[in-house]
Amino acid sequence: MLSRVALTCARRLTQSTAASIQQQHQQPRALLSMGASAARAAAGAGSSKQQAYVSPFDERPQLTDEHRIFRDAARRFFETEVAPHHAKWEQDGMVSREVWEKAGAAGLLGTTIPVEYGGGGGDAFHAAIAVEEQLRLQLSGPGFSLHSDIIIPYILHYGSEEQKQKWIPLMCQGKAISAIGMSEPSAGSDLQGIKTTAVRDGDDYVINGSKIFISNGQMADIIVLVAKTDPSKGAHGTSLILVETDRPGFQRGRNLKKLGLKAQDTSELFFDNVRVPASNLLGKENHGFKYLMQELGTERLVIGVLSQASAEGVFADTVKYVNERQAFGKSIASFQNTKFKLAEMKTQLSVGRVFIDRCLELQNQGKLDPVAAAIAKLHAGDMLAKITDECLQLHGGYGFMWEYTAARAYADARVQRIYGGTSEIMKDIISRTL
Amino acid sequence: MRVIVGVKRVVDFAIKARVKADKTGVVTEGVKHSMNPFDEIALEQGIRLKESGAVKEVIAVSCGPTACQETLRTALAMGADRAIHVPVEGAAYETLQPLAVAKIFKKLAEDNQANLVLFGKQAIDDDANQTAQLTSALLNWPQGAFAAKLSVEGGSKVKVVREIDGGLETIELNLPAVVSADLRLAEPRYASLANIMKAKKKPLDKKTPEELGVDIKPRIKTLSVEEPPVRKAGIKVENVDGLLQKLRTEAGVTF
Repeated sequence: MLSRVALTCARRLTQSTAASIQQQHQQPRALLSMGASAARAAAGAGSSKQQAYVSPFDERPQLTDEHRIFRDAARRFFETEVAPHHAKWEQDGMVSREVWEKAGAAGLLGTTIPVEYGGGGGDAFHAAIAVEEQLRLQLSGPGFSLHSDIIIPYILHYGSEEQKQKWIPLMCQGKAISAIGMSEPSAGSDLQGIKTTAVRDGDDYVINGSKIFISNGQMADIIVLVAKTDPSKGAHGTSLILVETDRPGFQRGRNLKKLGLKAQDTSELFFDNVRVPASNLLGKENHGFKYLMQELGTERLVIGVLSQASAEGVFADTVKYVNERQAFGKSIASFQNTKFKLAEMKTQLSVGRVFIDRCLELQNQGKLDPVAAAIAKLHAGDMLAKITDECLQLHGGYGFMWEYTAARAYADARVQRIYGGTSEIMKDIISRTL
Repeated sequence: MRVIVGVKRVVDFAIKARVKADKTGVVTEGVKHSMNPFDEIALEQGIRLKESGAVKEVIAVSCGPTACQETLRTALAMGADRAIHVPVEGAAYETLQPLAVAKIFKKLAEDNQANLVLFGKQAIDDDANQTAQLTSALLNWPQGAFAAKLSVEGGSKVKVVREIDGGLETIELNLPAVVSADLRLAEPRYASLANIMKAKKKPLDKKTPEELGVDIKPRIKTLSVEEPPVRKAGIKVENVDGLLQKLRTEAGVTF
């Protein structure tokens, strides 16, 4: 017999007991995920009354029943299939291929992609929900949203029918992992300055150059590469080209050691006379920069969404922690400093959430402009930095320990102000309209 | 062949239940709810039977307030073909008991010419473990409670492997039958977004207890609901002798 009492007790088990129970029986998902949350509780807050994370914005008015059902499924997926493995993946510097395929089978990849290409046929809120459920738990390893919300849309929007049919279903199943090759050792924010070239030779392009800081770089099967097809024309000589990673001349560099995002692979990529057929060109030749400008808004909103979710997650964990942690004979939640800090954070989070959701609404209507996207990214990135810092401080010494989400969130937060366009570039975009 | 699966909306397994101040039950307002995990297992088994070709239609049924429709939509998204919501609101819902639910399922099984009714072995809110057995008795159909394995044998029988105290018991039931799912029957799938969207188009009908002609008045009165006693701090014993002495004198263990 297994009753609620047993179910709740199971959550309180230590990691090792939960693991041994899982070995004894093949537990149903509900129980497995409990094992996971028990494990995180034991490792994390040391809590004896861990509760399911309930978003303070459960009542977001834009969400329908379909969104809520999807959120439940996504939450369970990340609790069950990702959380228990994340520590190992941090050590490995990358996630497993298996989790990509599981995410594909669970319908978590390509949520906004039309059903006829194997996607979920959902809207911007579905995409946001998938990212939020992942980042609330600070599970930054799987590069799902980059793949689903940023790279697949390049192929969907600019690819030929043949390219779409060939790649998008595989990508939605998690059987083809993707990366996008933008940054170079000497060109980051200054995208116009990239040096990688793709020179037309008969029916092929011959690619030479190198890329750096490429997320999913170690695992990628397919790369959307930004290369100069006409170096004399500056930005207007840029093209997007699909490069399969089994092409001769393609080489992955090191899996780069990073300050955060420990379970996500980030690489250098080298192209030495890599030949791809001209049919691998995405869209029109020399239109690459235009395509990038059109899609970068979405990328920035995604980073805003995940920063907001990460901040909400670490905040919820911190509220739990300060209520349990005793100092000077009482819970640290009872000190005025704690109360004021939490109130400040709650205020920032609430205001930020409304702006993010408004951006998602605009995205659904096809009206999200680059300035709003830049504001979303700038604000959420700055807020996340402040909140992770304050939350870590409220944890004291424990906050500096890696097993606490406060430490992981703090480490992962730093890059949100850098990648996808730095905060300074966001300010530049916003100020241009003033 | 047609299968009816009971899917109860319960307080989510991860929520720590709190007793209401007036001790009439537990707090459900503002608390996350989800499909009873054992019902989810039963539903998964029903869907697998359909995918194997043994079953033509899977109908998910939930009794309770309007919010149960979300549970039913989850069932449709997982793969049920249609859903029936039996609306029971307010005080009637708070006192809705297994016997009344079993009567509802009896009527629905007859009206829909079901060959198999599947339930979770118990719901994680009241842990009653009665609905499947009562339904079987009311219908006078054979029952296989606590199923760890279920297979359709030909068109007229099901084989059920049951988890019992001493091990596993394999039984064969003539259809129509009632089966309740134990923990290891099937691991439920995730409702994918594409299937959630498809489920919007699947029929979700309403049938009130009055329309079904079922009396749902409670037969049992709840006197009081209490929190379990708070666990007291343990003590450390010096050595084995100390432990044995405590066991004898305080725990009342005889050796």
